[in-house]
Amino acid sequence: MLKTFPKGGIHPPENKITSSKGIKRMTVPKVVNVPIAQHIGIPAEIVVDRKDKVEIGQVIAKSGGFVSSNIHSPVAGTVTKLDLIIDSSGYKKQCIVIRTDAKNPSNFEEVKEPLKMDIKLEPKEILQRITDCGIVGLGGATFPSQVKLNVREGTVLDYLIINGVECEPYLTADHRLMLEKAEEIVVGIKILMKALHLKKVVIGIENNKKDAINLFKKVINKEDGIQVAALQVKYPQGGEKQLVRAILGREVPKNGLPLDVGVIVHNVGTIFAIYQAIQYNKPLIERVVTVTGKKLDNPSNFWVKIGTPIKDLIAEVGGLPEGTRKLVNGGPMMGKAIKNTDVPVTKGTSGILVIAEEEASRGEAKNCIRCGECVYVCPMGLEPHLLMNLSEKGLYERASNEDIMTCIECGSCSYVCPSHRPLLDYIRFGKNIVKKLETSKN
Amino acid sequence: MSQPIIISASPHVHSAKTSKKVMYDVVIALIPAFLVSLYVFGIGALIVTAVAVVSCLLFEYLIQKYLLKSEITIGDGSALITGILLAFNLPSGLPIWMIIVGSLVAIGVAKMSFGGLGFNIFNPALVGRVFLLVSFPVQMTMWPTAVENNTVLADAVTGATPLGMIKEGLMFGDTMTNISANLPSNLEMFLGISGGSIGEMSALALLLGGIYLLVRKVITWHIPVTMLVTMAVMTGIFWVVNPESYASPLIHILSGGALLGAFFMATDLVTSPMTKKGMIIFAIGIAVITVVIRLFGAYPEGVSFAILIMNAFVPLINTYFKPRRFGSKIKSKIV
Repeated sequence: MLKTFPKGGIHPPENKITSSKGIKRMTVPKVVNVPIAQHIGIPAEIVVDRKDKVEIGQVIAKSGGFVSSNIHSPVAGTVTKLDLIIDSSGYKKQCIVIRTDAKNPSNFEEVKEPLKMDIKLEPKEILQRITDCGIVGLGGATFPSQVKLNVREGTVLDYLIINGVECEPYLTADHRLMLEKAEEIVVGIKILMKALHLKKVVIGIENNKKDAINLFKKVINKEDGIQVAALQVKYPQGGEKQLVRAILGREVPKNGLPLDVGVIVHNVGTIFAIYQAIQYNKPLIERVVTVTGKKLDNPSNFWVKIGTPIKDLIAEVGGLPEGTRKLVNGGPMMGKAIKNTDVPVTKGTSGILVIAEEEASRGEAKNCIRCGECVYVCPMGLEPHLLMNLSEKGLYERASNEDIMTCIECGSCSYVCPSHRPLLDYIRFGKNIVKKLETSKN
Repeated sequence: MSQPIIISASPHVHSAKTSKKVMYDVVIALIPAFLVSLYVFGIGALIVTAVAVVSCLLFEYLIQKYLLKSEITIGDGSALITGILLAFNLPSGLPIWMIIVGSLVAIGVAKMSFGGLGFNIFNPALVGRVFLLVSFPVQMTMWPTAVENNTVLADAVTGATPLGMIKEGLMFGDTMTNISANLPSNLEMFLGISGGSIGEMSALALLLGGIYLLVRKVITWHIPVTMLVTMAVMTGIFWVVNPESYASPLIHILSGGALLGAFFMATDLVTSPMTKKGMIIFAIGIAVITVVIRLFGAYPEGVSFAILIMNAFVPLINTYFKPRRFGSKIKSKIV
């Protein structure tokens, strides 16, 4: 029996149409729009001005606080504007617009990076380098990595879990990265083991990626303390709490973090970024993005510079097909629908999903028939129908008592609801108000 | 892009399951039992079912159109199911006007006055049935007997249900051995050749429908299995202690509304609990009340009453039997 988390979960069609497509390097865009708020926490502070010349990897915005992150120029070029541009949140956000210097060869040279095994840096230096290079969680939450790795002395920490689950349908960015950079990822793991003085690591991969599971089993060395765990395919197994429960049987307490049960979880993409940062001093200026959709001519996986407008990616896969009605930044379960194709790729963009007419509209919401499906599939043991009701009626205190804040917004409830009720919409709405009420109390 | 793009919050995909499909799965699951009733009761069963279905749909339409002035939703399948289930709980020779009154009570009182689909506390079909039972006890317990009359309109020969015979026999001090001589055999009850309401005849047909619902994941095992097992255990204890005064568990399960109730009435999505723990409590409650009514009450059968009584407890059950919240009990296994 393969491992999985016990309560709830769903099996949406996987639609991983790009899983056999190698990661191609995307043409360097003419203009990049780099937002200064690409991570959870305080936005970075801009340290360049209009008309400044910038080099690849130069810091253009500095970490604005403890939970924040540096931002580097993805290209060599000139800052043309500091402007407000709509990002995937739908709001206008401060961006640094850089015009690529067409003559500068460093923009176009493919950097050859042979595998570097020796880890020369000391633990303190490793953490400093991760901070300097602006590494954030690439699984989607974009939490600044140095904060996660900043373990207070005396904290019990015995496991590092590497998240290679990629449970979102359609997305294959992590899958391809694992296939193409397995050895580098293992070195990245060893870097973190050294930095955190850890002995035990488990790489969690769902069983729909058998090639990646077998590859890692070959690449790792048992003596190093690294294991591979093949997991049952079930959404949302990539959620931190579900993954820790699935692999180690430990349950992260309500409102707690994996560290409360002695675990740190990192996405495989983050591990590869850490590898590059430590071994090549390369900041986080590009990432793997899956550009996919059933009607696309040539759905693919790309190495994309941060700040690349999504329209460049769409052009690369043959343009938007006729009848496109929805664009999603991320996967279909948790991704954000975006307003136009000028939205830039950020550190958290794992995929761009193009949805056609037939699947774009939601069904009409009908009466709740109290079937309880939402209760069965909720991986957090919540009662979504009740939380929606309470949010709708403005009973926020009761919603808070019913643990609305522990919702991980995986969307399983809305996915299964036979009456097409907008459960998660109302739960999000309720969460926002409960959060505001709680902050105003304190 | 030819048309404006749609912005909505995640998730952007949906499972293919819809309320309508769920409802029509229930209708499909009721077909075997309906076929058996046609075979056993002939045209009488058809007339009762047709009248109940048409009047349920019509009352829902009229109430939505003229009283509530709301959207017409008779196509969603729920009124259809109410009609079929109401008919299945009636004797096949019931006068047509009574069926219409029962439908009005089921749809008008038990469903629409609560706010329509999803808001009713009590199973509408059972409310209709119990209303008729207490209002017209004579007509509601005139059971046309099986087989002989499956071609004629069934108002000629009437007989008691197996549970009725047992109740009556025991009341007059008869022993189970004597009563059993007149009862249909267990096999006959299993196949559906005995007296009773239209849809509760054949255990085999109801089981087929029940299995279909389980396979299609419209219902889970919790309510039917718990209810039937509890009934069997309870009646079994009495039977083992005194087999001359109490019928065997097998008779209790195969006769009356036990199977129809367990698979189709107690499992009604709207009026049953939302959690598995709650479902088990709910089903045990139904079984206990049913057995108490059957063994010690004035009525020979008690499934309808038991389900309605437990329906009233569902909000309470939902409040006290919640799913376990993730992370509410910390399992610290840190080495």
